[in-house]
Amino acid sequence: MNNSKVMPMTDQATTRDWQSHPPYLYPEYRSTPLRAPTRPLIPIRHRLSETTGPVYGHEAVGPLDADLTKNARRNGEPLGERIVVTGRLLDEEGRPLRNTLVEVWQANAAGRYVHLVDQHDAPLDPNFLGAGRCVTDEEGRYRFYTIKPGAYPWGNHPNAWRPLHIHFSLLGPTIASRLVTQMYFPGDPLLDFDPIYQGTPENARERLISRFELGVTEPDFALGYVFDIVLRGRGETPFENRS
Amino acid sequence: MSELLKQTPSQTVGPYFAYGLTAEQYRYPFTQIASGKVADDTVPGTHIRIVGRIFDGEGKPVPDAMVEIWQADGEGRYAHPADSSEGARGSNTGFKGFGRQGTGVDPENRFHFETVKPGSVGEGEAPHITVIVFMRGLLTHAYTRIYFADEAERNAADPVLQSVPEERRATLLAEPDPDTHGLYRFDIHMQGEKETVFFNV
Ligand SMILES: [Fe+2]
Repeated sequence: MNNSKVMPMTDQATTRDWQSHPPYLYPEYRSTPLRAPTRPLIPIRHRLSETTGPVYGHEAVGPLDADLTKNARRNGEPLGERIVVTGRLLDEEGRPLRNTLVEVWQANAAGRYVHLVDQHDAPLDPNFLGAGRCVTDEEGRYRFYTIKPGAYPWGNHPNAWRPLHIHFSLLGPTIASRLVTQMYFPGDPLLDFDPIYQGTPENARERLISRFELGVTEPDFALGYVFDIVLRGRGETPFENRS
Repeated sequence: MSELLKQTPSQTVGPYFAYGLTAEQYRYPFTQIASGKVADDTVPGTHIRIVGRIFDGEGKPVPDAMVEIWQADGEGRYAHPADSSEGARGSNTGFKGFGRQGTGVDPENRFHFETVKPGSVGEGEAPHITVIVFMRGLLTHAYTRIYFADEAERNAADPVLQSVPEERRATLLAEPDPDTHGLYRFDIHMQGEKETVFFNV
């Protein structure tokens, strides 16, 4: 019966660290003022509804899903600079999150999204969609081949351009560890002017920037970038026979 | 205790998530892991539909949001290893309990979930569904919950619902449609008089 279930303890999942995440309201990002919740969030004690979450593994990933240079080819190779994007998915205690789904999407090399709403006057690439997914390995490592995305203009303010970025979506071990974020590239001059990046607490921003690594770079093939991701701790699995 | 690693910051899902996260719903040539169909006919339980819209601070429906739901099955069991009740743990088959929908396909920007009404998860808990809202303009996703207006008695005992100021509880109630059996309406208001309660999950 349900009532025989042992409920997890309150302290089993770490909390959202608001020193790390952007606030809801950041007026420089002009979409926030009408969409940000205005009232304080109501605290919730974690019970089973928060210490569980959807589980997706290898069965959710097709053979070419992790290679964005191949998963949408029609008549040739996608244009642009081929790159490797890899990193480890960890919880806050540094434990690898294994067999965990990573979803990504991005603009093409010209800074154009396949998305129908994207009106940017830059070419689509018939051989590049810009969507992919993979699962992490035993060390929590994911790995994609893709094309380095281009910068694109947007309407936030005059002459606004998004820095190069790849969108990441992670489920993690519980619904509380859910994270959607963006990976940036080192040395991008547009970061200083981007309200989405700048809306992130100052001491946390750099965690969003990948690093170039020669060791990950594949000779004669693709530059390598590393982006490690830390999700909220899963806590311990509740004991069935806690006494 | 050793120093914890710092959490990777959230960033907005932006306006262009659809071909990556909800490709089939939007008819892009890619697959998606979850859809609005959380339970097909083979899943035991009371089959319901939940339909709603998300409104911004000007009362306009949001056309570029993504909504995810996470719920227990009709007997209150989560498809997750942390649920120790008998019959749970079937994480990859049968009823998964996870749904994902964008609001940009429906002409009125509604989301639609076909599912089963969740059972009570733990002692004293009323049936509920966790909801996560993502959209351009939300730098960090927002969590809320769906409770059911036709569960007044159990709602009155639910510890989370009771922790919400009384005058705001109605924002968490899905209302049964008087004309269509099994249909519930649940709108989300980001701001304003009827601002939905969001939780610090
Ligand atoms: Fe983007």
